[in-house]
Amino acid sequence: MPDALLEVCDLSVSFRTENGVVRAVDGLSLSLALGEVVGIVGESGSGKTVSMMAVMGLIRDPNAVIEGQVLLRGRDLMQLPRNEMRLVRGGEIAMIFQDPMTALTPVYTVGWQIAEQLRAHQAMTRKQARARVAELLAEVGISNPGRRLDDYPHQFSGGMRQRVMIAMALSCNPSILIADEPTTALDVTIQAQILELMKRLQRDHGSSILLITHDMGVVSDLAERVAVMYAGSVVEEGSKADVFRDPQHPYTWGLLGSIPRVGRPRVRRLAAIPGLPPSLIDPPEGCRFAPRCPHRFDRCSVRPELAPRVSANRLDACHLDPAIRPSLRHRSVA
Amino acid sequence: MSETLLEARDLVKHFPVRRSKDMVHAVDGVSLEVHRGETLGIVGESGCGKSTLGRLLVRLHDPTSGTVRFRGDDITKLSRRELRPYRREMQMIFQDPYASLNPRKRVGQIVSDPFQIHRAGSREETRRRVQELLEVVGLSPHHVNRYPHEFSGGQRQRIGVARALALSPQLIVADEPVSALDVSIQAQVINLLDDLQDDFQLTYVFIAHDLGVVHHVSDRIAVMYLGVVVEIGPSDPLFLHPIHPYTEALLSAIPPIEADDEARRERIVLRGEVPSPIDPPSGCRFHPRCRYATEICSVEEPVLADHGGGRFAACHHPLDAKGA
Ligand SMILES: Nc1ncnc2c1ncn2[C@@H]1O[C@H](COP(=O)(O)OP(=O)(O)OP(=O)(O)O)[C@@H](O)[C@H]1O
Ligand SMILES: Nc1ncnc2c1ncn2[C@@H]1O[C@H](COP(=O)(O)OP(=O)(O)OP(=O)(O)O)[C@@H](O)[C@H]1O
Ligand code: SF4
Ligand SMILES: [Mg+2]
Ligand SMILES: [Mg+2]
Repeated sequence: MPDALLEVCDLSVSFRTENGVVRAVDGLSLSLALGEVVGIVGESGSGKTVSMMAVMGLIRDPNAVIEGQVLLRGRDLMQLPRNEMRLVRGGEIAMIFQDPMTALTPVYTVGWQIAEQLRAHQAMTRKQARARVAELLAEVGISNPGRRLDDYPHQFSGGMRQRVMIAMALSCNPSILIADEPTTALDVTIQAQILELMKRLQRDHGSSILLITHDMGVVSDLAERVAVMYAGSVVEEGSKADVFRDPQHPYTWGLLGSIPRVGRPRVRRLAAIPGLPPSLIDPPEGCRFAPRCPHRFDRCSVRPELAPRVSANRLDACHLDPAIRPSLRHRSVA
Repeated sequence: MSETLLEARDLVKHFPVRRSKDMVHAVDGVSLEVHRGETLGIVGESGCGKSTLGRLLVRLHDPTSGTVRFRGDDITKLSRRELRPYRREMQMIFQDPYASLNPRKRVGQIVSDPFQIHRAGSREETRRRVQELLEVVGLSPHHVNRYPHEFSGGQRQRIGVARALALSPQLIVADEPVSALDVSIQAQVINLLDDLQDDFQLTYVFIAHDLGVVHHVSDRIAVMYLGVVVEIGPSDPLFLHPIHPYTEALLSAIPPIEADDEARRERIVLRGEVPSPIDPPSGCRFHPRCRYATEICSVEEPVLADHGGGRFAACHHPLDAKGA
């Protein structure tokens, strides 16, 4: 893809532990075009956070082994010295962390922390920074920002902490925003407000967004393209409409079948994909989903590649004949 | 209706604001009952006081005023030691799975701590229970040796769930227990909570912002706005025909999913500033943002009025709930 702004090529991240090597990310490839919003959904523990922390150069675990390439406008971020990477972070690429306390420290006030972040990237006086912080807090829906900015993080509610971090990430209008579960702690009305801020960033600054979320409604609202992850790599990718209306991979069928919906009759039991998530220490050979897949057959002992099998812009990693998938799918999610 | 397990009367919790005499009115007069074996869902805007209320209910916060009764016993003023036998029966799953797990302890230790604190079971028994608990929340046995930072967000959340279930409590206040989980594992955890409820008559107070999840799990739902309960009642009618305008606005904001055929519902955008819990609006706290507000709304605080069928709402212009 010539116009890719960010390209992740065959990224792998493993951790050495007492019980063996955990293959957290296992051959992940993904690209993000200028001004595009890509949604990443997938199983809990499938490597979404670890892969994005690797892109940001933020994996600090000494037992980690990282391989592959992360190209930003063609420049490999994995080769950048630490100090240059620090400039890229917070300037060109910003991240909303799944854990707000990755970005916040408990010992300084909320206002001080955002102000520092602002002053690291823009010349302004303390007073100007303080005024700007109040504005930013108001934008993410925190009332009485002028009085609340002297609070410490523990004095904020879970969702308020999350919004503080969003305000920090948006403060420098990054070209790429990586948002890891940005709205998990927010109710739907404030969520809508935050999604609006993200759209504005994209619209007014032409920024690209990588949005990790398990909330299909949020993906629907924001993303143009969707990638589905399972056990360390992408198993399906395509336009939002294609992935939601015509999913190709059996894991995606199970995933979409598990969503409880408002406005539908309540079911007694939610559908869950049977079986345990795979161990990443000795991942199954062949298709990682095979042990839980009701449709596996002999070919599945060879790992399927992520490739176009249905049409040029539709990628999946499943050996099933595309022609028989629709009937299998309807049987499995009846 | 079955027996009342937990009862809150006029609960208030105010926090001081730094560098001023102001107070954050986090919870500002909440009364409710939780019946044995039911699930009471709590929903509301971020910062409206849900977690604070949850902590008050299991007495992890001392209320500014008001009372909490557990099985009829007033536990509001009990000392730490007197509270101990109750602690075992009332567990909380914390909203923040990061902050609530000790980073220096291995997961096996974290989940077995409750057994040791309450001297329940032999070493061998404890070990077996811990393995079982981890398995039911979808973690594998070799995870016991890992530290919290070595887990994904959703995995940490499940560690919190396992810890809360350890001593088979009667009441669990679950604060956003599945918010970091993908929908399939979320379904597993919810089904598990369901099974435990069926088998042991467990009672849940379930705080969540995912309305689909709340609707699924809850028998009754309480809707909070700025420190007070504005509507409470059985789950289905509340979702189908909200009585309080804030409930209506909240439900209208759920983003639809692409694959859903139904046309986009009208989304009610709330006008006006997000109100402040430092000086809440006069009268009905929702009036500055309410599309039905009239003069009386800014003057007189509406009380939770009985609308029949177990439904209560605090509004001067309740929406028609006839369909219910
Ligand atoms: N420091 C570490 N040491 C060992 N294993 C790790 C470490 N960090 C993460 N892992 C493992 O790597 C896998 C991927 O974790 P990651 O946080 O990327 O998942 P995720 O897709 O973001 O999940 P969630 O949706 O639950 O946040 C998990 O199985 C996790 O247990
Ligand atoms: N320890 C504390 N000190 C000071 N203020 C606090 C403290 N805990 C909570 N607050 C304030 O009380 C209000 C209610 O917070 P609470 O955590 O109960 O909200 P919540 O409904 O759980 O929100 P969320 O959905 O974002 O988790 C907020 O304004 C918060 O800043
Ligand atoms: S490759 Fe085989 S096992 Fe994997 S999802 Fe497809 S059918 Fe199932
Ligand atoms: Mg994650
Ligand atoms: Mg909370």
